Amino acid sequence: MNREIEAEETVTEGIDLERVDSLIEPYLGRKEMMIPALQKVQNHFGYLPRPAMEQVSKRMRVPLSRLYGVATFYAQFKMKPRGRYIIRVCKGTACHIQGSPKIAERIEETLGIESGETTDDLRFTLEEVACIGACALAPVIMINDDPHGRLSPDKVKDILDNYQ
Amino acid sequence: MSAIKLTIDGTEVEVAPGTTILEAARRLGRDIPTFCYDSELPPNGACRICLVEVENARTLVASCVAPAGSGMVIHTESERVIRARREVLTLLVANHPLDCITCEKTGECKLQDYCYRYGVADSNYGGEVKKLDYDDTNAFFLRDMNKCILCGICVGKCQDVIGAGAIDFARRGFTSNVAPPFEDPIEDSTCIFCGLCMDSCPVGALIPKYSFSKGRPWQVEKTRSVCPYCSVGCNIYLHVKDNEVIGVTPVEENPVNRGHLCARGKFGWDYLQSGDRLTSPLVKSNGVFIEVSWEEALGFIADSIEEIMERYGSDAIMGLCSPKTTNEESYLFQKLIRFLGTNNVDSYTRHCHAPAVDGMMKAFGSAAMTNSIEELASTGAVFVIAADPYVSHPIISYRVREAVRKGAKLIVADPDPIGLTDIAHHHLTLRDGSAVALVNGIANAIIEEGLQDQLFIDRRTEGYDAFRAAVAEYTPRYTAEVTGISEEDLRSAARAYAGAGSAAIISTVGMDYSAGNGGLVLALANLALLTGNLGKESAGLYLPYGENNLQGASDMGALPAVLTGYQPVKEKSVRVKFARAWGTDISDQEGLSAADVFEGGAGDKIKAMLILDENPVTCVGGEDEETACYLAGLDFLVVQDIFMTETAALADVVLPAAAFAEQQGTYTNTERRVQLTRPAVKPPGDAFPGWAIIAELAGWLGFDWAYDGAGDVFDEMASLTPQYAGMSYERLAQGSLQWPCPTGEHPGTAYLYEGRFSRGLGLFSVVEQEKLKVSEAAGTKKDALVHHACQCQSDSMNKRSVVRNFYRTVGR
Ligand code: SF4
Ligand code: SF4
Ligand code: SF4
Ligand code: FES
Repeated sequence: MNREIEAEETVTEGIDLERVDSLIEPYLGRKEMMIPALQKVQNHFGYLPRPAMEQVSKRMRVPLSRLYGVATFYAQFKMKPRGRYIIRVCKGTACHIQGSPKIAERIEETLGIESGETTDDLRFTLEEVACIGACALAPVIMINDDPHGRLSPDKVKDILDNYQ
Repeated sequence: MSAIKLTIDGTEVEVAPGTTILEAARRLGRDIPTFCYDSELPPNGACRICLVEVENARTLVASCVAPAGSGMVIHTESERVIRARREVLTLLVANHPLDCITCEKTGECKLQDYCYRYGVADSNYGGEVKKLDYDDTNAFFLRDMNKCILCGICVGKCQDVIGAGAIDFARRGFTSNVAPPFEDPIEDSTCIFCGLCMDSCPVGALIPKYSFSKGRPWQVEKTRSVCPYCSVGCNIYLHVKDNEVIGVTPVEENPVNRGHLCARGKFGWDYLQSGDRLTSPLVKSNGVFIEVSWEEALGFIADSIEEIMERYGSDAIMGLCSPKTTNEESYLFQKLIRFLGTNNVDSYTRHCHAPAVDGMMKAFGSAAMTNSIEELASTGAVFVIAADPYVSHPIISYRVREAVRKGAKLIVADPDPIGLTDIAHHHLTLRDGSAVALVNGIANAIIEEGLQDQLFIDRRTEGYDAFRAAVAEYTPRYTAEVTGISEEDLRSAARAYAGAGSAAIISTVGMDYSAGNGGLVLALANLALLTGNLGKESAGLYLPYGENNLQGASDMGALPAVLTGYQPVKEKSVRVKFARAWGTDISDQEGLSAADVFEGGAGDKIKAMLILDENPVTCVGGEDEETACYLAGLDFLVVQDIFMTETAALADVVLPAAAFAEQQGTYTNTERRVQLTRPAVKPPGDAFPGWAIIAELAGWLGFDWAYDGAGDVFDEMASLTPQYAGMSYERLAQGSLQWPCPTGEHPGTAYLYEGRFSRGLGLFSVVEQEKLKVSEAAGTKKDALVHHACQCQSDSMNKRSVVRNFYRTVGR
């Protein structure tokens, strides 16, 4: 827990609040637009940094508790920064049968994070996704836009090392 | 539209269209269980425990949402219904820590009650059980979200009724819970600890800390009382076990607070049990207080006063009354001072309120608040200026929120955000100290657009032409220059205020303290006169007082120039009336005011002072050395209080008084509402109710007074006071009454000046904006207001309570 908080703090420093202001400018005075406003903020920062949420709350005059509620209700919103590289492990049937859970497990062990989390150095974010449509390559993962197919747990480390 | 007829459990009932099945059934006394329903929130149909069977309907319906329909035949407790309710309960119990043995809610927990009622003991669903952390980091309450059944009531109350917005649903699915932002401790949120979520939670998820292990609901005796802090006068139940107050809950059935409180009322009574309470009369001997008997103390006071009167005359004596004591005590106190042959009686705190009092007197002929708090909830527009009722008088801000929910327009004029700006339609961020210009500018815009109430002006007011000529200068353009508010914003605010059928103005009595705002009360009175917003419901000028009984203490004649009900001592007929009733002559000389004595150079005329529950040494922020020196230098000083205050420490004799929960009496709130309090616990040690102490002292001074209880005092006062003439303890026990209430049949008066002002016609005044003081640092004014509203009004109690220092964190 503490580690997460520290990580969050290092990256939330220097959030450009003026930028937040200009992002949400079109929605001011319209509380019902808080979701689009949050989306704009997330598109810019890649997630919803706390200071940015606080700024949205202040400017749109929506309680922070409500924004937090909305942000944690919809899966599209991320409360933590995401890594430079997003690892998506396919959980489709084909991959599953071909051992994708073992792949995911190995990635988790290697990086010391669980699915949905990000490494402290913000290098990787690990996510699980439904079928990515590359069943022929099962088991398959995507790292940003690169597919890596026909994996075995032992190949994981070398592949990850290519992404610094 | 015609009424709807339906049959519930075999009985026919007629209800208005739009009534829900639940409401219809409750009218018949049918007890349909509910978790998520709350009468002041929109129904959300979330919990499904209120399901009922409607004949010929395919499925069971949630009675809290479903409207009653014509010809419906409804069963509220059929086999099918019971089965469904069991199912709901079983699911809840599956994910609930069933620690009823130690749970504070046992005995008044809806989950427990309904499980008992439907025989649900345990659940065989198995599965995962929530394991969330407690939040008990604050001084006030424990949040245990493992017990939360997600009914959502607390969220609705906190977001919409209170407006704190401290909590909301967070996450989804299994880990869904009610949480402050980022699931931080509640203390770090915008929570104001109003207690409403605790009071409305159906289960034991939100528990006030004070009551831990102190007693079960059925062991507790509830005594109805009135909150002693601010001038709203919220109705409360004091929960008592073994002569100890162990909790407070709000009374729902009353027009003042309707089940709502603020932190002071909910948590601020712990000082009652403080070990620092005064328990014995004290006499100072060689600089040290020694405990003495009542006889010794009162005998000593009587001798000393008589000696001083002999040497210097009656006018060397002064009494300072408190805006916190009961009416009975205030009445007897001023009576005692007058028996001593002087009119030197006043309240120190009153001078904070002088600008408001003087302004209202000038414009209307009376200083009392024109309309009732409850009326705010149905007004068409509210104009809040130089005030933050969310902090100073929270109930008033809850009512404003309610009005806005119902469609009222809200205009807030303040350089900074206040506790209502989040829902304001117009937030006029005027320059500090330019309020008079703003109000004059609004008046100008109203006149220019022809929105004034000409009929009202013609029939009910005077001085309009001069006023009109004076505000002609304050064109929107000029006003914009002075205040920094754009012409457009100014005009639309003016239209919102003038365009509503009825509109209310809320400001603060202490506001003229802030630089540049001199005369604001008069400017606001002009605005209300201009638009005919006086003498009718849901309109008026709200300048709520600070202390709980400032209105009452003034009504009781604890003032140097008037007797009870503002009857002037200068008038012979008044003196004759009182002389006859009391059997003593009344001095025809107006007495010295507190301001005369403490600031006006008349201090050396006074040799002996009696002070009731008042702490002038610290009243207006910080220790006031000059006042302390002055009081210490008096020949004789008596202070009656519940604590050894800074002022009491300077006294020759200190008398221990009973606190509000320890005596019977009445308080008059800021809307002229007289309310009865009842004794819930015994005073500590030898402490006594204040009125009884004064009556006793009168005896030692040789006056022949005999009272059979506080009610007797009240009756005597009422017989001499036209505004209170129709009131008695018997009537007040049935419900509060607002003065004027001239006869035993009169229902009391919710709003003043219907048809006539106290001075006849309402008076327009010419008020000019003072020069702006540019050096005024931003925020200073707000601090002064908040300080005034919060610290001063509750000084000695607040300081010794868990709510102390709390205001620093509110509203920022
Ligand atoms: S105590 Fe009042 S402000 Fe705090 S969470 Fe409960 S309802 Fe909200
Ligand atoms: S804490 Fe209580 S009031 Fe709030 S949602 Fe849970 S059960 Fe309902
Ligand atoms: S301080 Fe005022 S608003 Fe708060 S509970 Fe007491 S009377 Fe009500
Ligand atoms: S009380 Fe009706 S659904 Fe909850």
